[in-house]
Amino acid sequence: MDTDALAISGLNAFYGESHVLHNLSFNLKKGQVLGLLGRNGAGKTTCISAIMGLVKVKAARVELFGQSIAGMSPESISLNGVGLVPQGRRIFPSLTVYENLTVAARRGLSQQGPGWGLEQVYATFPRLSERRRQLAGSLSGGEQQMLAICRALMTNPRLILFDEPSEGLAPQIVAEVATVLKQLRDSGLSIILVEQNIKLALEIADEVVVLNTGYVAHAGDANSLRSNDRLVEQLLGVY
Amino acid sequence: MNFWIIQGLNGLAFGSLLFILASGFSLIFGLMRIVNLSHGAYFMLGAYVGVSAIEAGVNFWIAILIGGGAICILGTLIERFILRRLNGQPLAQVLVTLGIAFIIADTCVWIWTGDPRPVPMPRELAGALRVSNLAFPIYRLFVIGVAFALAAALWLLLERSRLGAMIRAGVDDLPMARAMGIRTSLLFSAVFCLGSALAGAGGVLAGPILSVYPGLDSDMLPLALVVVILGGVGSLVGAFVGSLLIGFIYSYGQALFPDLAYVILFLPMVLVLTLRPTGLFGRQAI
Repeated sequence: MDTDALAISGLNAFYGESHVLHNLSFNLKKGQVLGLLGRNGAGKTTCISAIMGLVKVKAARVELFGQSIAGMSPESISLNGVGLVPQGRRIFPSLTVYENLTVAARRGLSQQGPGWGLEQVYATFPRLSERRRQLAGSLSGGEQQMLAICRALMTNPRLILFDEPSEGLAPQIVAEVATVLKQLRDSGLSIILVEQNIKLALEIADEVVVLNTGYVAHAGDANSLRSNDRLVEQLLGVY
Repeated sequence: MNFWIIQGLNGLAFGSLLFILASGFSLIFGLMRIVNLSHGAYFMLGAYVGVSAIEAGVNFWIAILIGGGAICILGTLIERFILRRLNGQPLAQVLVTLGIAFIIADTCVWIWTGDPRPVPMPRELAGALRVSNLAFPIYRLFVIGVAFALAAALWLLLERSRLGAMIRAGVDDLPMARAMGIRTSLLFSAVFCLGSALAGAGGVLAGPILSVYPGLDSDMLPLALVVVILGGVGSLVGAFVGSLLIGFIYSYGQALFPDLAYVILFLPMVLVLTLRPTGLFGRQAI
């Protein structure tokens, strides 16, 4: 039997006194894309941070390919094969593009084949190659997003978490990001995709989980939302 | 004219000593977000350890290694067993380092008494270099050379090595560095160990110029703090430029306006912080 890439149950998270995630449970099958949707403040980024170990969680079962990662440090979770493309990109601005890519680069766990290395990244994103000696802080927003994606890929993860990769980007760049996401999905990587751009998310995701104020409001396959505009409006529309 | 040249050299030498102290202080501050108020005490304790080694008949150069090594071990232990427990509690860390500074200072008085200890200059660097009618003490020229070599070595380590890139990544965005799988706890230990070793070795190296006395720690710490605030937290170039700047200001200020020494030292800090809160070479707010 195939284990899930990620299995979460009973995930609770707090910021100080306020309880922001309530008993979240969902699974991501290996090689699939899970769209994590919801309005602003629904808890999507907190959920991503919780998976990555960046916020403390309570009483949770979080299993990565059958192995528990609950309570691990972010570095251990990363070394166990989780890549993060964070909200707001958060590339290291005072490192060059080359340094951003190589500072944490490593072969994946039980990796076969070449995986992601500088050559593959530069071949896929020639712009990054052109700018490899430039400080990352001087790149345009779109270039920084590509760099953030590649920085995560260079760690050759088994599961990659995208937190709003299309946020604040020009439509043309959004299309580019979408192409990359599809390529990664087709390469068999397991992906969690947080997106405000519902159309983009539904185009790529196999499964969706919709959060509302820290609760799971809906979970199902992406088709269930694609063909049901009223449900989308009800779950995600602006009041 | 001679006054300006001689005081300039003195300032450069003092700035060099300051850089050896402040570079580690700045790295620790920038990466670990710890204002290590024991750093001045490390400098003084290193100097005392070096003095004892020299008095026991050890060669001056070996004494520098002993002073640096002893403080490196002490700093690593403090980081591992005390500061690490207080992760994410900056106020607690600052208070603990202040407490440790007091403990070290008292222990030094207890062991080495309150009398200043002169530190003999290594014989091969005694004397002066004469240029027309000016005499430059060779030892001060040597200290300046050491600081410039150290600056170059640290620059190569930080800017040209993968370890350096990891440290800068941690200074830029620590949670993200961790999320990329960089083992920051090892980085912290390495940086704290390096900074402590530099402080201890710097104390011994400063001995022949400043001598060692109770209060050396609290004389040096505020200067290191000014350097780091002036230059920008976590910036090596900032620490270097800031150290030399403070060295000059200190040297000329002491000679020209001895009554206003602190005003002259801290006024530039206030100005820089007001006009450019991240320091001259800083990247982010403190």
